[in-house]
Amino acid sequence: MENQNLLEKFQRYVDAENKIEAKDWMPDGYRKTLIRQMAQHAHSEVVGMLPEGNWISRAPSLRRKAILISKVQDEAGHGLYLYSACETLGVDRSTLIDELLCGKAKYSSIFNYPTLSWADIGAIGWLVDGAAIVNQVSLQRTSYGPYSRAMVRICKEESFHQRQGYEIMIALAKNGNAAQKKMAQEAFNRWWWPALMMFGPSDANSPNSAQNMAWKIKRHSNDELRQKFVDMTVPQAEYVGLTIPDKDLKWNEETGHYAFGEIDWTEFNEVVKGNGPCNKQRLQTRNAAHEKGTWVREAAMAYAQKQSERQKVSAA
Amino acid sequence: MNKEIYNKYIIRLADDALILGQRLSEWCGHGPILEEDIALANISLDYIGQATNLFKQASVADELGRDEDALALARMESEYNNALLLELPNGDYAFTIARQYYYTSFYLLFLERLKQSSDSFLAGFAEKSIKEVRYHVQHAGDWMLRMGDGTEESHTRIQEALHQLWPYLGELFEMDDVERATVEEGYGVDRSLLLDEWKMKLSDLLSEATLTLPESAWHHTGGRHGRHTEQMGFLLAEMQFLQRAYPGAKW
Repeated sequence: MENQNLLEKFQRYVDAENKIEAKDWMPDGYRKTLIRQMAQHAHSEVVGMLPEGNWISRAPSLRRKAILISKVQDEAGHGLYLYSACETLGVDRSTLIDELLCGKAKYSSIFNYPTLSWADIGAIGWLVDGAAIVNQVSLQRTSYGPYSRAMVRICKEESFHQRQGYEIMIALAKNGNAAQKKMAQEAFNRWWWPALMMFGPSDANSPNSAQNMAWKIKRHSNDELRQKFVDMTVPQAEYVGLTIPDKDLKWNEETGHYAFGEIDWTEFNEVVKGNGPCNKQRLQTRNAAHEKGTWVREAAMAYAQKQSERQKVSAA
Repeated sequence: MNKEIYNKYIIRLADDALILGQRLSEWCGHGPILEEDIALANISLDYIGQATNLFKQASVADELGRDEDALALARMESEYNNALLLELPNGDYAFTIARQYYYTSFYLLFLERLKQSSDSFLAGFAEKSIKEVRYHVQHAGDWMLRMGDGTEESHTRIQEALHQLWPYLGELFEMDDVERATVEEGYGVDRSLLLDEWKMKLSDLLSEATLTLPESAWHHTGGRHGRHTEQMGFLLAEMQFLQRAYPGAKW
């Protein structure tokens, strides 16, 4: 049993909108939840490099190639930054990476969908990074200081990612030829629902939410954020001439929001369980890169060891 | 100034940058450690950026009126004039690092001479690129030391890569009619004059890394005249896919 006084003091501190820092006392559950959430976020950045990296070698122009490389590089940087934020809670990066590679840790299910055409790169930037921003803007106010600050920094880059994705969609769906328009609509059809799933289960089926809201790790509910994303994205889709693949979607004058159809929760649960179109490939690819890199990391360690011994000898 | 020779020269430089940038970008998401994914993506971006500037310059006087993307992504294989070294598949990390060190240590010397070019575009290009390439040399050089003087396995791998790549180095120092004309006109670099200095610096680094300099004098050639390795066709098929599948489309 944790000390009731400490728990109450912690809650009052959080309620007063103070940030918790690495060395502050925190409940075990708070620490565990944060490690899990931040590690999942870091893994998502790293696995997320794969579906987009898939089109770097085939990017249609020099400018698009440079932007895409730079975007995927940003994601590697976000991964690194978030792993470091996890380390402030006393868990090291190699442990977290091992948990990803053996399949124990989760990452965002969205990256288990394939990128089949160039338009998917537009759809990912626009929808997936767009959804991530909605979530992360909310997380800028999360109660854990290092995570909150990481989100502030990451959001700045994500908004560039979202813009470049939407710009690709404008070029294809609004200004493109018939084949490009078709490519854009097909990609939009494939990514729309998975993007809505990114916000997680509906509030009614989200068991951990109440405690996380009380601790202010989470600031808005899944359904609130999902609604915000739909309201923001529908006019953008209409502007470029894309049709939303949802017959139930319509503007509700009374609520001031778009009403939309029911998410296919069976698909959602299957992808989370590992049965999405690319779950196995993504993990195999990460594992292959890690195994092929083993001798490289060992060489770096061995060399660093030799260097420090040489310095000791020369200092003596 | 002979415009045709000038454009040929620019295209050679642009192709070198583009093809190396393309190869390096293949590592993105597959590197041995996250920091190297970032480093190689960054280096790759530098080369794609250099290629873009060069192709834009070449498009100004292009007889067919092609823009930088048409030049970069829609020529036939025999019209690409990069050095063969740069199109070879990445291999393992030792192979990639050995190529990076070999090439960037040459390229830095080349750019330092090109900075003296009588052509203001080339002189400016060189000055800007030197800043980038200095870092590339340092990155590859650090890894040469770690691999050469790391473990037995890394030593064997990097030494083997140095040997495999060696026959592709000579082409970087070749002078033909085009290169000689650019030197006579005062804007190009005499590549043959860079060899001794390059070798000296290379053998210094190799001895620090406990590695040995390959000796064979024979080298492969053909890239500057559009005769490539068997791997080039695959690289282009991938790189040009969208340009070929949707001719004339804007992206």
